[in-house]
Amino acid sequence: MNARLLPLLATVAIFLAAYAICYAQFPAMLSTRVIGNLLTDNAFLGIVAVGMTFVILSGGIDLSVGAVIAFSGVFIAVVLRETNLPPPLVFLLLLAITTSFGAFMGAVIHYLEMPPFIVTLAGMFLARGAAYLLTLDSVPITHPVFSQIQDLYYLMPGGGRLTLIGGLMLAVVLGGMLLAHRTRFGTNVYALGGGVQAARLMGVPVGRTTIAIYALSGMLAGLSGIVFAIYTSAGYPLATVGVELDAIAAVVIGGTLLTGGSGYIFGTFIGVMIMGLIQTYIIFDGTLSSWWTKIVIGILLFSFIVLQKGLVWISSRERVRPAGAK
Amino acid sequence: MQCSKTWIGLGALLMAALAAPAAMAQTVGFSQIGSESGWRAAETTLTRMQAEERGITLKFADAQQKQENQIKALRSFIAQDVDAILLAPVVATGWDSVLREAKEADIPVILLDRMVDAPEDLYLTAVGSDLVHEGRVAGQWLVETVGDKPCNIVELQGTTGSSPAIDRKAGFEQAIAGHENLKIIRSQTGDFTRAKGKEVMESFLKAENGGRNICALYAHNDDMAVGAIQAIKEAGLKPGQDILIVSIDAVPDIFLAMAAGEANATVELTPNMAGPAFDALEAYLKNGTVPPKFIQTESKLYTQNDDPAAVYEQKKNLGY
Repeated sequence: MNARLLPLLATVAIFLAAYAICYAQFPAMLSTRVIGNLLTDNAFLGIVAVGMTFVILSGGIDLSVGAVIAFSGVFIAVVLRETNLPPPLVFLLLLAITTSFGAFMGAVIHYLEMPPFIVTLAGMFLARGAAYLLTLDSVPITHPVFSQIQDLYYLMPGGGRLTLIGGLMLAVVLGGMLLAHRTRFGTNVYALGGGVQAARLMGVPVGRTTIAIYALSGMLAGLSGIVFAIYTSAGYPLATVGVELDAIAAVVIGGTLLTGGSGYIFGTFIGVMIMGLIQTYIIFDGTLSSWWTKIVIGILLFSFIVLQKGLVWISSRERVRPAGAK
Repeated sequence: MQCSKTWIGLGALLMAALAAPAAMAQTVGFSQIGSESGWRAAETTLTRMQAEERGITLKFADAQQKQENQIKALRSFIAQDVDAILLAPVVATGWDSVLREAKEADIPVILLDRMVDAPEDLYLTAVGSDLVHEGRVAGQWLVETVGDKPCNIVELQGTTGSSPAIDRKAGFEQAIAGHENLKIIRSQTGDFTRAKGKEVMESFLKAENGGRNICALYAHNDDMAVGAIQAIKEAGLKPGQDILIVSIDAVPDIFLAMAAGEANATVELTPNMAGPAFDALEAYLKNGTVPPKFIQTESKLYTQNDDPAAVYEQKKNLGY
């Protein structure tokens, strides 16, 4: 069996086992309502986590996404309040801004040879600051298009709702899977994660790929911001603090190697669902402190780091053995 | 094992459903903002106690100051089909769609302590305190206590621009308006904190002839008053006698000061928002009595005559 598949299988097994435990205790957890809620409530996190998966697969990190989501919400709310632009145009404008913002960070990382950690940290402060500059308050979005979008859902049997934003997240996950596993760009991302020097020798256009990766992450953060704005019908500069860390956690729990080069978009989706499931369980229980969410995620993260280290160790031994046999 | 437990649980549920009158709320979800202040922790404790007294199962979700967590909690409550939801919203905006979902599922929502920007038909009622009224109660106490004597008042305001600071100031000014002998001579922000309250009071005392021109202090919250008491003592004056002290909130520490004769009065911002909420809910579920859209909690005045030591004993375990 392919050792690379092991973390993904572990993730799926944990998810199924966790769901089984939840179901045994609260049969209502296996209702279309809860499943619909899981998709809708975690839509913004799922979308941004797909972008984060590409970044981490390439061996980088993007700390700016949480702030970009908040900026997006505030931008949409303020522009819709101050002007008469139609919402689709505002969305396009916003996506253009966040994509170029991501591309700019990618360019700085590549050409100035700066660590992604520092560059995207600066990006985080910039985006959060820009959000505060636009407004200090929570700005409601009253445009009728927003309530129309909120009312767009497919009523599943059992009363659950597959909302537009939940469906959008599924579409982004599918698109991400295709992009990662079926395109030249995807291959380049994996190659970059295996080592920049090696990738360069293999003929990967390192600069172009790096810029494209952060541009993609920026674009998905913008899209996630649109989803979050629809979700709360408001823009709030203090929103989604620390979501970048949730996204990183989802990626790692999803089985992607933090050093890059190995992992699956689908795993990230399951990682997001696991995190949502923990929260739902705690609310269903109703007596546990909600900080248990953080504790369980922390434990899961540690286990996956250990699992990854173990796999790296096994695969390095396998590589050494045939060389010694020669 | 698990199986038999489930059956026992089901049986118990069935029996409970048959035995209890259908009108009583069985399970209520409570989405709390977080535990950022002592007052909020006390609100949580009291909500739990109120639910227990009435035999209601309370599902509690702490949102850690995040709206997305509150929306998730509300959706999970709806999926669990709870009988009612209590919501202390972290921000005013963005509740329309989830409140509409609750309404479609026939689950009444009651807002605690803060309001939302949503159509009024989306929630049953809101329970809260009237901040202007709190300031007015404090002012009236001073008017009655001072009588006809001239009295120079210094005021410690809350955080500049915050609604409690604006409203508590306005209410107090309304109460003393028309009483020419009462005058606010100095007013400055103490940021709702003990340290700032002490610092600003020190400067007031220096500016007003060592405090001999000051007859009363009005602080927008108890914490600033406690800080100011310290400053007055250090200036060699007797707080509560040389300078009358009235403040708002009724946290446990001010009752200690009142028991020692160092503070005179406080107006309670009650953390018991759940009590009136459950009362309204029970009436609504029993015979469909629709409560008013805003239920104002009592702003009770406590003075040294109300046995502050005993009140302190009651309050100290609420989590303030």
